[in-house]
Amino acid sequence: MTVAAPTKPKTTLKMVYQRPEALADTPTHYCPGCTHGVAHRLVAEVIDEMGLREKTIGIAPVGCAVLAYDYFEFDGVEAAHGRAPAMATGIKRVLPDRIVFTYQGDGDLASIGMGEIVHAAARGERITVIFINNAIYGMTGGQMAPTTLPNQITTSSPGGRDVAVQGFPIRMSEILATLDGAAYVVRRSMHDPANIRKAKKAIRLAFEAQVRGLGFSLVELLSTCPTNWKMTPAEAMNWVRDNMVPAYPLGDYKVAPELQKLRV
Amino acid sequence: MTRQLLKGNVAMAEAAIRAGVEAYFGYPITPQSELLEWMAKRMPEEGRAFLQAESEVAAINMVYGAACTGARVMTSTSGPGISLMAEGISYIAGTEVPAVIVDVMRGGPGLGNIAPSQGDYRQVIHGAGHGDFFPLVLAPASVQEAVDLIGEAFDLAEKYRTIVFVVADGSIGQMMEPVSLPEPRPPRRERPDWAVGGAEGRPARRLTSLYLKPEVEEEVNLRLVQRWQAMEANEIRYREYYLDDAEYVVLGFGTAGRVALSAVRAARAEGIKVGLFRPVSLRPFPTEAIRDLAARSKAFLVVEMNGGQMLDDVQAAAQGQVPVRFYGRMGGMVPFPDEVLAEIHALVSEPPTPAEAPRARWLAQMVS
Ligand SMILES: Cc1ncc(C[n+]2csc(CCOP(=O)(O)OP(=O)(O)O)c2C)c(N)n1
Ligand code: SF4
Repeated sequence: MTVAAPTKPKTTLKMVYQRPEALADTPTHYCPGCTHGVAHRLVAEVIDEMGLREKTIGIAPVGCAVLAYDYFEFDGVEAAHGRAPAMATGIKRVLPDRIVFTYQGDGDLASIGMGEIVHAAARGERITVIFINNAIYGMTGGQMAPTTLPNQITTSSPGGRDVAVQGFPIRMSEILATLDGAAYVVRRSMHDPANIRKAKKAIRLAFEAQVRGLGFSLVELLSTCPTNWKMTPAEAMNWVRDNMVPAYPLGDYKVAPELQKLRV
Repeated sequence: MTRQLLKGNVAMAEAAIRAGVEAYFGYPITPQSELLEWMAKRMPEEGRAFLQAESEVAAINMVYGAACTGARVMTSTSGPGISLMAEGISYIAGTEVPAVIVDVMRGGPGLGNIAPSQGDYRQVIHGAGHGDFFPLVLAPASVQEAVDLIGEAFDLAEKYRTIVFVVADGSIGQMMEPVSLPEPRPPRRERPDWAVGGAEGRPARRLTSLYLKPEVEEEVNLRLVQRWQAMEANEIRYREYYLDDAEYVVLGFGTAGRVALSAVRAARAEGIKVGLFRPVSLRPFPTEAIRDLAARSKAFLVVEMNGGQMLDDVQAAAQGQVPVRFYGRMGGMVPFPDEVLAEIHALVSEPPTPAEAPRARWLAQMVS
């Protein structure tokens, strides 16, 4: 009996989704429903699209993204808690033609690193900052962050954040946009595909600002921490939409004129 | 080589420039500010990076970032700044990248004052930061020596991928002395094979002080200890004066050593067989050399501008072979040669007993 040669499929496969070159082929340590992984992917896609992989140095923070450099196929360093903008400054000042970005959580950027981020922005440091605002300290087990919403329950505000005692949330994008050194400061959300697409466009513009030497650029991403919020991934997405977006309005807080006409 | 009259801080800054430093990050603090100011003027002239940071915390992390690119980088400060830099210093050590830090010591603790002191001895020999690491610490006693050590500091930092401290007290930073500066060395163009700077045509590199697996962190720790052993074997530096036939030995570093030298010379003129041992590397500490001296002298006198911080290391080195006495001035007070000479006289007229407690005796004398 003769076996017929297998017939070739008639349809040709088209690649519609693949791992960006700048993203390492590594299993993730992030929790299910955490948007850190999505943010990493957006950064990697933008770096690839702009052809920057071999020029980029990424700076990982202290926080859940402390191992961020393991997920990227470009050079990376790990900073002390909150100090990533200072470390980025040191790198960028000696290698001004390289692309330097920090990736920081809200505890890292808005609490312990408040001084470093404000001064990097004020100096117009030509770096890009990806700011993950998940309204909580993820890595240390869910304590209150400077961005924790009023009445939000965390392990260190077990009765809910009492603004009379623990103060009010900090809106970093609004603050940083007041500084003359800032070229691009926007807030986006990660709670659904449409918003994620807008987030990617913003990340692209932030890197464009750096490539063009326009000054400091930052994209704040409203993000999830289902684990410490004690929610399912779907609930966490909805919580961002229903609670964080009203408290942290999405929008463009500073866009340098050179970027306004740019189509990406 | 022509000699110029230069202030210590300026001379150290210019020495760093001539050693090819590519980036300087710092924050103003007396008594080191002239170093930063000289850098502010000269680094841009040389097309190199200068930045006044918003704090010492930021400054050391800028140094950290620049060091990760393999650039020659330094900062300078005084005690309060070293306290703030402690965290970054530890990260630099944990990441095994080279950096040079100048500490122009002032009176403390707290805000203290701006007068010369050696109160940061213990702080810097342990590198100020947390964890197991071993910085190299060099202490000049003159502006010329400061210039020479700055030049060496960069080479040593790169050789051992370590932090090198140059600890000058306020008098070295502030005083003017004739110095000859070295010929300028151009900044290196090639980068070490561990440096980050863009993964062009090579796999991505990562520099970190994070090793989540204890067995891997232990490997890093052991590597740091190994490097430290190599530094102990190769990098001990000290100066000896009139020690060949000395019965009595004065020990002091930096300005205290220099003041003591005047006293030793005066005592020699009186016929007292006394010499001076001046540690230049405070870490690694010249333990063996001090032990050998202890075996062949009658008494030690340790002179410092602190409450006897090096005294403990000298006693440990001497291993009880010789009685040790201590004389210190604190709080920004600098001992006069006369005061040290009086101590040398006392060493001869009332020799210390092995049981004598040097710090207690000194304290009783100071507060009586
Ligand atoms: C000096 C210092 N203080 C405290 C910590 C402990 N710590 C690690 S991560 C973290 C908070 C991180 O929260 P965030 O920046 O919001 O990032 P997330 O984990 O939520 O992504 C803290 C306090 C540390 N590593 N270093
Ligand atoms: S703890 Fe929160 S922020 Fe951290 S990985 Fe899990 S979900 Fe993400």
